[in-house]
Amino acid sequence: MSVSKPKHAFSTRLWHWVNAVAIIILFMSGLNISNAHKYLYWGDYGFDPKDAWLAVIKFPGWATIPQHYNLAVARDWHVIMAWPFGVGLLFIWIAMLVNGHFFRDLITAVRDWTPGAVIASLKAHSGDKADHSYNPVQRILYGAVFGVLLPLMVFTGLAISPGFEPAAPWLVDLLGGRQSARSLHFITAWAVFGFFVIHIVLALANWRLIAEMITGGRRDAAAPPASEPEPLPPLEGAPEHA
Amino acid sequence: MPEIGPKIGRRSLLAGMAALGAGACAKISESETGQSLVKVAEGWHRAAHRTLASRQALAREYAPDERSPTFKGNGSVSVDDGFYQQQLASGFPDWKLEVRGLVEKPLTLTMADLRALPQRSQITRHDCVEGWSAIGEWTGPQLSGLLDAAKVKEGANFILFRCADTLYGRVYYESIDMVDAYHPQTIIAHALNGEPIPEKNGAPLRMRIERQLGYKHAKYLTAIEAVASLDGIGDGRGGFWEDVAGYQWYAGM
Repeated sequence: MSVSKPKHAFSTRLWHWVNAVAIIILFMSGLNISNAHKYLYWGDYGFDPKDAWLAVIKFPGWATIPQHYNLAVARDWHVIMAWPFGVGLLFIWIAMLVNGHFFRDLITAVRDWTPGAVIASLKAHSGDKADHSYNPVQRILYGAVFGVLLPLMVFTGLAISPGFEPAAPWLVDLLGGRQSARSLHFITAWAVFGFFVIHIVLALANWRLIAEMITGGRRDAAAPPASEPEPLPPLEGAPEHA
Repeated sequence: MPEIGPKIGRRSLLAGMAALGAGACAKISESETGQSLVKVAEGWHRAAHRTLASRQALAREYAPDERSPTFKGNGSVSVDDGFYQQQLASGFPDWKLEVRGLVEKPLTLTMADLRALPQRSQITRHDCVEGWSAIGEWTGPQLSGLLDAAKVKEGANFILFRCADTLYGRVYYESIDMVDAYHPQTIIAHALNGEPIPEKNGAPLRMRIERQLGYKHAKYLTAIEAVASLDGIGDGRGGFWEDVAGYQWYAGM
């Protein structure tokens, strides 16, 4: 008897929890850093609140790391956790391409972007489906997080580092200047937070999903035993533990 | 409003989770392991930056019309000292910059001496650790020229900048390593946007360390000192903000 494939590959689960810790610390220390200068600008320079496109609120201590204003300690946490976050993102992209997770679950077709497909996925509550395939809304959301939001966090973060800039001045240009990169870093962080909230609310609604992200779960748990072994598309031939 | 009850419940639950994590963070960052991790990471960042770009890679320079209309002053914006104020009022005729420490030929330079040296002008962006940026044109001799003239001795590992200003009762100082000391854009600026540097920006002399954050750019400069080690200087962390607030000595990110 062959062991059934887990629903979540080991690489996915490992990255998920390391990344969860990194994102929480990055976000909360980031709010502390935001408190140091609560104004956002577009372009290369910006220091006068009169020129700001956004005056940010002062984030309360309970939302920040550390729990009181301390720019030095917040920056220490932020730049250290940037490593598992950035390197982890590279790792999960390679793993998803190698084990087929990307091609199987995240890639979208034109038909996934139609309003009908989106409405159908919202109605269907995919978690209950036996085949565990990702519906169009999930594919689009996860795709946007992996393909746009998380990489943008890394690139905007690198772009605001004056010691990194000489290595890739084009990156700062591409983002519209350092203060634009800083604004985009802030906006993207809140977009990630928005995803985080939706993700947690949906996961809390079904504790089994959280357990599966720890144990791996079984991909064919809801399918009849006779369906094993399931036919695999060529890309799934790679071991899940890659 | 009936939904207030559960709403508060969820919010305080989330805040509680966050506080739990943050409490653990405080414990870790105060621990010895946490502190040495912070030090190690600082070294990685310096090594990574210098591997990705070359050690002498230049910070971006801008065109004159890309300068910010004004240049923010921050930290010390004035020097509470009779001699300084008298010199400021009269254009710093008696201001002296010493080059000393581990050098074979200690130097003492006047403002006129510094202006007579080969000059470099650069329009660069100044990034404060707080997050804001300003762009201005800085002019002055390269530090490398002064160090060569003073003949830095073997065994000097850091260049220390002594300043006239005090904050929280401590004299400001900063330090950089020899890579940044000999970087072509590391200049002793005496002019900002073609005019003598205003008091709030560090008159009469301010260091430019273009690939690092603003607190490294020591203002109100009185002396440049070559040293073997940062131990025993201030609290030994290499700079005023490093000592007072625990800022990173390598401020490239």
